[in-house]
Amino acid sequence: MVLSSLSEPAKGRIARVDIGGLPVGGQTALAFHRFEGEVPFLPRMALEVWDTAPEDWPQPLADIYGAVWHDPVAWAEKAVTLGAEMLVLRLMGGGAKGDAKATAETAGVAAAVVEATGIPAVILGPGEPERDAEVGKAVAAALSGKHCFLGMAEEVNHRALGAAALGYGQGVIASSPIDVNLAKQLNVLLSRLGLEESAIIMDPTTGALGYGLEYSYTVFERIRLAALTQNDQKMQVPIIALVGGESWKTKESRAGEAELPGAGDRLTRGVLWEAVTGLTLALAGADILALRHPRSVQLLRTAFDSLSRT
Amino acid sequence: MALSGLQVYKLLPKTNCKDCGFPTCMAFAMQLAAGKVELEKCPHVAEEIAAELGEAAAPPVRRLTLGTGERAVTVGEETVMYRHERRFEHAPLLAVRLGEEVTDQEFSRALVAFRDMAFDRVGQTLRPGGLALASDHAELLAARAMQAHQVTGAPLLLLSSDPTVLRAAAAPLAAARPLLCAADAESLPGMAAVALDLNLPLVLRAGGVEAVAALATQAVALGLKDLVLDTSPATLQEALRDHTFIRRAAVKQRSKSLGFPTLAQPWHLARARGAAAGTMSIGGGESLAVDPLLGTLYASFFIAKYAAVIILETLDPAQLLPLLVLSQNLYTDPQRPMQVDAGVYPLNDPGPDSPVLLTTNFSLTYFTVAGEVENGRVPAWLLVMDVEGQSVLTAWAAGKFVPEAIAPFVRTSGVAEKVSHRRLLIPGYVAQISGELEEELGGEWQVTVGPREAADIPRFLRSTM
Repeated sequence: MVLSSLSEPAKGRIARVDIGGLPVGGQTALAFHRFEGEVPFLPRMALEVWDTAPEDWPQPLADIYGAVWHDPVAWAEKAVTLGAEMLVLRLMGGGAKGDAKATAETAGVAAAVVEATGIPAVILGPGEPERDAEVGKAVAAALSGKHCFLGMAEEVNHRALGAAALGYGQGVIASSPIDVNLAKQLNVLLSRLGLEESAIIMDPTTGALGYGLEYSYTVFERIRLAALTQNDQKMQVPIIALVGGESWKTKESRAGEAELPGAGDRLTRGVLWEAVTGLTLALAGADILALRHPRSVQLLRTAFDSLSRT
Repeated sequence: MALSGLQVYKLLPKTNCKDCGFPTCMAFAMQLAAGKVELEKCPHVAEEIAAELGEAAAPPVRRLTLGTGERAVTVGEETVMYRHERRFEHAPLLAVRLGEEVTDQEFSRALVAFRDMAFDRVGQTLRPGGLALASDHAELLAARAMQAHQVTGAPLLLLSSDPTVLRAAAAPLAAARPLLCAADAESLPGMAAVALDLNLPLVLRAGGVEAVAALATQAVALGLKDLVLDTSPATLQEALRDHTFIRRAAVKQRSKSLGFPTLAQPWHLARARGAAAGTMSIGGGESLAVDPLLGTLYASFFIAKYAAVIILETLDPAQLLPLLVLSQNLYTDPQRPMQVDAGVYPLNDPGPDSPVLLTTNFSLTYFTVAGEVENGRVPAWLLVMDVEGQSVLTAWAAGKFVPEAIAPFVRTSGVAEKVSHRRLLIPGYVAQISGELEEELGGEWQVTVGPREAADIPRFLRSTM
């Protein structure tokens, strides 16, 4: 038997994207398939930082960040010491009803965080399309030329956010609801605005372990197969998985031993829930994992190292 | 490659005699090619053709059943590289290892813990499937295998490098179909003799895909049929390559020597990682020690990447639960997501004034919403719509959870007879359909947008209703 007959070299290549100087993507093979193509980089791991103290992060996360989460710069600096290669900065900035003042303030926080840490950043608004675009515009201007990635660009707000990114030399996070065709459609819309493949990162929506993970897994796989085996250029952009937020929302990560009897230690469950979700989606094609617990980062770093050695 | 319906048809008698129960040979051929009927249904097919068809119809990864009775586990029969191409057939057997370093007392306790461990999740019971017992002492292994069988009834892997030890432990239990583990190039003749005498499956272990294929060829020549392959990778990169190549060889090339289920030992890899980095602590200094959860994380790799039997070295429920849930997730048939029946579900004894909540019949969605409402102790009517088992957002994106489909369902669901009001709460993820849905319902119902997350429903209901 000839092993080379089992290799399946790809026809396409994922765009190489620089996030504030940190390269992502660029591969000509499925996730970690170094035996049949180029895989220049391991998945990047980001830790999440918020501009306001979160109210619903469970105890295992409060134990780590509780002392610093009232100060976004201190929180971000702590994330760097905990092993983050980049940050996913979420700007609540007055939330869904924030006004111009709140928007300007929150953009100032983003600039201070990026200035203080000097590491690459994905910067997300409060999660409401109109506000995401307003916050994104302010952040794009405040961090002009830093090549940050702004989100979430969805179909309804992609023009505003895309134009801001184009104008100030930033990229966008293109978010679509767990569907291969909708993901592609948004990339097409963004490229019509003039954004290059190297200025887009896709967020095809992450489902946590036990909460729709298999949908994300299969959508990521199908996007990556279309990009590499069918050479579909509109799919050849890196993928980000927002693992931490989804994973730490689950009952299995949050419930104490009394609420979930017979399911063991909460910290073990929570860390593994996040790390298993992250590894599974990395195997499906995720290039960036946004995480919350530093122990997940360490576990995944060891796994990725083993996935790169023979 | 498997034969197409047309290729199968050409080999059939083409008499349309209907003895198989199908109206035409063509109809039978299509079902045969799809693996839905057995060739034996046709009494007229010639013997040499039957052999040819039988081989073509066999799954590319050989089926293997371990254990007996209600805890028996079947693996193999896989037909695809990616779950969206069809589905992954059989979730891997997760076998908890108990080695000879475990004392008798610990062993007995572990058996009970293993036997009683079960997690209920979205209507299914999840539990680790088997036990892997390791020893090179014949008496010890035989005694423990018998005890494990009697206490748990679960499938057993018997681990020893000595064929005489395996024979002693397996012979009294041969009817319970344990898996013998493992033969290498050197021990194959002795191990094969035990496997053939007792008619039991055997693990073949060699370094890499080519070596294990060569070993399998030898084993098949000796008359063995039920084999499990272990390429003993040293890193996850090697494991990914080996498992991917083996699956490709089976599925795409119908390889005879690689068309078998595979075995993985994630804890070996986790320990090797520690040793390679010089971080395993030998007395003292453990600041750089490998995280004890690493083996579990590596096991999750093998659930996604094609292993059929995975040896675990933990009985900690906090570590087993994520693995069982991952296995449940990835081995769900993507064409037939787990779903519940459509209808009106009463939660917490609701009355005519209780709110009506609309959601989809994806079982995870149903169990999450129902669970949160029940825990929140708010009486409510849950209106569950059949969208072929998709989640709210997916069903909306697919055009199944849209006003023109929802309105007729609300009208025919019977919920209007159960409540005195006409207020309908819809999931926050489909906020944009509220206006159109009110129109579709002819203005009879007032549509309110609820929260996006199920966890926020009880608070929302208390503050608004």
